[in-house]
Amino acid sequence: MRDVAVIGVGCTEFGEHWGTSFRDLFVKAGALALEDAGVTGEKIDALYVGNMSAGRFVEQEHIGALIADYAGLATNHVPSTRVEAACASGGLAFRQAVIAVASGMEDIVVAAGVEKMTDVGTGASVDMLASAADREWEGFAGATFPGLYAMIANDYMHRYPLTREQLAQVAVKNHENGARNPIAQFQNRITVDTVLNSSLVADPLRLFDCSPITDGAAAVVVVPLDRAREFTDSPVRVLASAQASDTIALHDRRDISTMDATVAAGKRAFAQSGLAHKDIDMVEVHDCFTIAEICAIEDLGFCKKGEAGKLTADGVTALNGDIPVNTSGGLKACGHPVGATGIKQIYEIVSQLRGEAGARQVDAEIGMAHNVGGTGATVVVHILGA
Amino acid sequence: MSVSRFWRKIPQRYNLVGTQCTTCGRYFFPPRSLCPDCRRSGKIVDHKFTGEGTVVTYTVIRSASDQFEHTTPYVLAVVELDEGPRLTTQVACTPEEAKIGMRVKSVFRRVAADGESGTIHYGTKFVPVE
Ligand SMILES: [Zn+2]
Repeated sequence: MRDVAVIGVGCTEFGEHWGTSFRDLFVKAGALALEDAGVTGEKIDALYVGNMSAGRFVEQEHIGALIADYAGLATNHVPSTRVEAACASGGLAFRQAVIAVASGMEDIVVAAGVEKMTDVGTGASVDMLASAADREWEGFAGATFPGLYAMIANDYMHRYPLTREQLAQVAVKNHENGARNPIAQFQNRITVDTVLNSSLVADPLRLFDCSPITDGAAAVVVVPLDRAREFTDSPVRVLASAQASDTIALHDRRDISTMDATVAAGKRAFAQSGLAHKDIDMVEVHDCFTIAEICAIEDLGFCKKGEAGKLTADGVTALNGDIPVNTSGGLKACGHPVGATGIKQIYEIVSQLRGEAGARQVDAEIGMAHNVGGTGATVVVHILGA
Repeated sequence: MSVSRFWRKIPQRYNLVGTQCTTCGRYFFPPRSLCPDCRRSGKIVDHKFTGEGTVVTYTVIRSASDQFEHTTPYVLAVVELDEGPRLTTQVACTPEEAKIGMRVKSVFRRVAADGESGTIHYGTKFVPVE
């Protein structure tokens, strides 16, 4: 196995891109990543594209070929593969690219993620997102994606001392970070009252507990570490790449409030890298809902079960805290174009490790990305180091 | 939902028929045709559940997909059947009545419809036990 490095990253602004098509979103992110890496298109050996549901959001399948074509690489006959794991599609595309390079099969590989979600109405997008859960036995009963996370939240709050205000602090912190991120969908600061006065979506989760519907794309370029200096003076090493599965339906989980796939993938990532929690300087976790960030911090082992609410309220996960969580603004404020999110997390970590994160810069040499598909049926964890 | 996809599950949805692995004794609802513990050495047979259980967790859906929008707000729950397996279901009670730990039993109800003139989906919901 070869060591792997990231040599370039690119990301579109996240938000509502009514004037931009699915393919143009991807092309923009890809071009930014190649420009950053100093790589020309004909050098690319392979593409891996994370995308959850273009077939339903924009009625286009065969995304691998579409993207190779509009990236100008079809006539080079570059192999291009779509990777799907619901909201973990991006993280999994990155992992496939890392595996391809580590194996020695391919040298210069682009991992990308893209989703165009605003071309359909809210009711339709709620239905599409519900397909990340068990359609026949959760969706049939009327389960929505916020509804499933709301059931996690109610179970959690029944068993652990998490207050509604502490939960709101997750959103407040992530908006604070998003306000410092020029690509974020929401760059406005909010208060606990903003969250608590927003409309109920699925009790106890309110509108400001939920990540938005977003259009966006992100791309990164990976190469073998021993070739990285050909392209850049500041390569970022991939120190661990871990993935885990769990039951598709929330009702079949061993513990509703613990994502065992996060626990497993986190442990594997720490074992692969030989690192401990104190070595991690920043984390991008999958906060599709505020309760998801609470569970992620605990399931990754940054604190004991039941303590993440207090940790958040005490500012430990803020930009200037001991372990900054979601410096990008997270899914909550940066936005959540489902297939692109996992790649945007890598983009954020590389930006931070290279010291290019501007107003949200933290002091970091090692970062972790945590990307969840569905309610925890797929989890991908990466550790990157400067 | 397509008619074929719905019809395929009618015995399970209408009668709360799941399965049991007679090798290890474990019950499954929703039904499984492969036991996760015994895998291919497990012997799977149908099992009709009594339909009594307990609410493990719940929520009140205020914003739904188009198919369920006309029924909001509704109580959605994970119910643990007395035989052990858990399922996701609606509980026919008011948002104020719903609570973790409440005893419920299954009833046969209309669940959803595919638009104004589409297929009406019937299936199992749960109601509080006095
Ligand atoms: Zn068995």
